[in-house]
Formats: sequence, structure tokens, C-alpha cells
Amino acid sequence: MSEFFQQVINGVSLGSIYALIALGYTMIYGVLGFINFAHGDVFMVGAFVGYYLGPLIMPLTGEATIPAGLAVMLAAMIVCSALGVTIEKIAYRPLRSRPKLTILITAIGVSLFLEYGGQLVFGPDPKLFPELIPSAAIIDSSDLVINTNSIIVITTALALMLILRFIVFGTRMGTAIRAVAFNHQTAGLMGINIDRVISLTFVLGSSLAAAAAILYASVYPSINPLMGIFPGLKAFIAAVLGGIGNLTGAAIGGMIIGLTETFVTGYISPAFRDAIAFGILILILLFRPSGILRRHETEKV
Amino acid sequence: MIRDHKPKAVLILSLPVFWLLGKLQGSISPYYYQIIIYIGINIILASSLNLINGFAGQFSLGHAGFMAIGAYTSALITSLIGAGGGLPTPLVFLPALAGGGAAASVCGLLVGIPTLRLKGDYLAITTLGMGEIIRVIIQNLDFLGGARGFTGIAKMTDFFWVYSIAALLIYLLYNLLHSTYGIGYLAVRDDEIAAESAGISATRIKVSAFIIGAFFAGIAGGLYAHFVTYINPAQFGFLRSFEIVVMVVIGGMGSITGVIFSALILTILPEALRAVAMYRMVIYALLLVVIMIARPGGLFAFGSGRKKATASAAR
Repeated sequence: MSEFFQQVINGVSLGSIYALIALGYTMIYGVLGFINFAHGDVFMVGAFVGYYLGPLIMPLTGEATIPAGLAVMLAAMIVCSALGVTIEKIAYRPLRSRPKLTILITAIGVSLFLEYGGQLVFGPDPKLFPELIPSAAIIDSSDLVINTNSIIVITTALALMLILRFIVFGTRMGTAIRAVAFNHQTAGLMGINIDRVISLTFVLGSSLAAAAAILYASVYPSINPLMGIFPGLKAFIAAVLGGIGNLTGAAIGGMIIGLTETFVTGYISPAFRDAIAFGILILILLFRPSGILRRHETEKV
Repeated sequence: MIRDHKPKAVLILSLPVFWLLGKLQGSISPYYYQIIIYIGINIILASSLNLINGFAGQFSLGHAGFMAIGAYTSALITSLIGAGGGLPTPLVFLPALAGGGAAASVCGLLVGIPTLRLKGDYLAITTLGMGEIIRVIIQNLDFLGGARGFTGIAKMTDFFWVYSIAALLIYLLYNLLHSTYGIGYLAVRDDEIAAESAGISATRIKVSAFIIGAFFAGIAGGLYAHFVTYINPAQFGFLRSFEIVVMVVIGGMGSITGVIFSALILTILPEALRAVAMYRMVIYALLLVVIMIARPGGLFAFGSGRKKATASAAR
């Protein structure tokens, strides 16, 4: 029983990280209608920002404390927002009116660029992420270990999701984002600056990815330039599972993927860890391609 | 449509030439020979992906998976029949390659069916996922060597095999692109709904593209396995798929000659530029972005095939 409980804790903490990344995918998809393949790599850059800034910010508070961890997270969020906005301006904006496939290939190009550029800049070998979040066992019995960092991961992720929800549904900016997602042209006619809204969406999405990266690296401290690929793909699958373009759906999807992955790893075989999410994707696309929380759309001629 | 005999003549003439050239393989350095073989294999891989991505417009990111299936199946076949010994190479290798291709195309069919409902981004991720699932499954099959790999594959691939298969594939693609049926591929790519209302079965087009494309990717995998004589699942990861996609995109999706040209250049270039090898993928990535922004028809697509085809290929 306690092993089951352990898996649930691990699954929820992994799932809430996936959910944060998935929110970025889903928001960008909602506004621009394409998968930002580079999102997982923005996540990777977030982890490296933490790796380099952590040791600089840490000494200010003396040790690994929550404020220091949050400061590093904030720094990573700012850097990644800038990166996300730059990517959008340089690579995606010139192609906005072009066919979807063009943008998709560009996004793959940007993704590969960040991965291999990352290998050049940061070096290809894995690095040990510094301990930013205090990690002590709250419960430490022979068969159940609950660390403070998994609790911090879950609460931080939850708080960020609530903040995002407030921004999107409770502010003028959020209303503008939803209007652009609904219809670019009409939103433009209503006086909404579409370029600015899209940039803002990238700021929100990329900063969530950066936050997720700091949390992820605190739980799995080995980081490398290709680390964003699988969490990115899995989070994308989470977004599809929940119904792409739907915020609540992305959060639920992330949880489902995180829990399934943890349970398969724990009870069946760790060998299938990376394949299980793709299996879920194929099933969901076969049986409910619009996701759990999204109405089906018929294609207009 | 006027029957054009020229391509057939070129094909028939090229085979003995390849056979004669193959005789020379002992006289060049093994290093150059290896590059020449890789060029041929990459031409097969890129051209077969071009059928799926460029002609039928189904953006697939799982080509390495098909290649893996072909490589493992054919290696298994040659190790089973070859074990008896005594049989001449073609009698072992031909069924092995055909078996590898067939196994890959069965898989192509399995990928093709669910993808009928998917477009663009979803298709790309699903095929990427399929490729990864294939890799993970192979990794867990003990009789294929698992993660340790499959060793001791007989070296059967030579210049003649690689280039005659490449020539055959190109001949096939050329004829397809210039046939009434082949126009269906372009129609589905350009506008699926319009193509359907003109009586083209988009389902058949898409599935057949996957089956044929996967078949040749499987054969390329077989050729690769019987050249390097050792394969392991890590050789067929999604980076391999990306590399093939890069060849197709840079060559020009839907352009036969463009893709051949880019497969040739992108195989030689990294060898020629060993000094900057670490920048290779970064340069590829930048090229992808720049080409998409500035020249979505591809770098090497100089009005080959149908003009319109390349111009609207990036749909």
C-alpha cells in the first residue's frame, strides 16, 4: 500500500511538471495553431540558466532555501521569456501566413538549433544541477519516503497554474489572448494588437517551461542539452490528451501522463518509460482525437 | 499521357554500368568506398521519404523506425538462411532485403491507417512516436540482441546492390510522378478535400505512400545492416529520422533530383568538413529555418519534375 502511495506522490510531482510544460504548448497552439516544437528546448535552456545562476544567487541566502530557489526560478523565467519571444519574432512571425507545414519544419529547425547549439555552448555531457530547493525527508520510513522537494514541486506548480488561470480569465490581457485564439482577424478589428498578444503568449508559455525546468532539475538533477526532448514530447502529448487549446485539459493531461509513466516504470518495466506516452498518444488520436475536454471541430472547406 | 521510354532506357543502361563500376570497388580506398555506399543508402532513404513527405504531403518523422525494421528483419533472415551456407549471395540477400522491405511496409500500413485521421503536426508527432516505440520494442527483444545490438551480420552490400536499388526507386518515383495515379498524390497534398471531391481516394493515396515509402526505407535498412555488419537500436533513433527529413527539405519536397542532390551533398559535406563536425547539426538546423523562410521549395529544386509540385510542396 505504501509503495502505491509512493508512486502516487512521484507521479503527481512529475505530472505537475508535465502540466506546466503542456500549458505552454496548449497556449501557443491556441493562439497560433501550431506545435512549438522548440518548447521542450526552451525548457532545457531554463534548466541551464538555473545551473549557471544557482551558484551565484544561492550564497546570498547562505543555503538552499525556498526564497533563493524562487529567485533562481524567476531569473530562469525571465531569460526563457526573452528566448521564446525572440524565437517567435525571428522564426515564426515571417511565416505566419504561410502553410502549416512550413512553420512545422521551421519549429523543428529551431528545436534542433537549440539542442545542438546547447551542446556547443554548454557541452554535451550531463551536468549535476545544484540543490536549489531544500530537500529533506518529511516522512522517511522503510518503504515510504516523502521529500520536501516533491511537496514544493507540487505546490509551486499548482500556484503557477492558478496564477496563469487568473491571467487568462481574469485580466484584460487574458481576454485579449482568448480573443486572438478565437479569431485573429476579428480580434484585430476590435483593436487588439495581435503581435503583442502573441509575444505575450510566448512570454507566459516560456516562463512556465522555465519554472518547470527548475522544478524538474531539482527532482532529476542530471541535466544535458538534449534533456528537453522527451519531457517536451510528453508534455505535448499531455496537451493533446487534455484537448489542445484547453488550459484545464493540459493540466489534467499532464497529471495522467505523469501518473501513468510512474506506474508503468514502477510496476511493469522502466524500459517502456519513454514509449508509454506515445502509446497513449496513438490511442487518444484513434479514439478521441479532440482530447478529453474539447469539442470536435469539423474542417471547413 | 504520352508514354516516355527514356527513363526506362536510362534505368536499363545504368544497371550494367553500375555492375562494371562495382568491379572497381577494390581499387579505391575503403574510406571513400564507405562514403559512396552511404550516399547511395541515403539517396534511397531520402527519396522514399520524399514520396511520403513531398509527394503525398504526409509529414512523417518516423523513417528511421522503418529503416530499423528492415535492417533487423533482413539481418535475421540472412543469419537464418545464411547459416546453412553454400547459397550464392543473391539468393540469400534478395529474399532478405525483400523480407526487410515487406516487414517495414506492413509497419508502414499500421502507421498509415491511424494517420488517415491526422494532419500536419499531429501526424509528425505520431510518426515520431511510432519510430520511438519501434526502437524501444527492438531494445527489449532478446533474440535481436536487445540494447547490445545484432552482431555478425554477413557483409553482402556492395556498390551494385545499393545503386541498382536506388536507380530502381528513382525510376519508380519518376514514373509515378508522371502517371495519372501519381497526380493523385500531388492532389491530396495540395488540397485533400478538393482531391476527394474529384474522386481521388485520399485514404488509398496516403496509405500507399506509407507502404511504398516504408518498403524502400526497409530495404535501405537492410543494405545498411549488411554493410556495417553490426546494428543496434540506438542507430535508429529519431535523430536519424530528422537527418533524413533535413535531406528531403533541403533538397526540395516533391523534387526527385533535388532530394538526390541534397542526399549526395549532405553525406559528403560532413566528411569533407571534419574539422567543424560539431557544428554540423547546428548548421543543418539553421539551414532548415532559413530555407523555410527564404526558399520553401528547397535549395536544389531546379524545376525538376512538375514545376508546380515544388513550388507548392511546402504546404
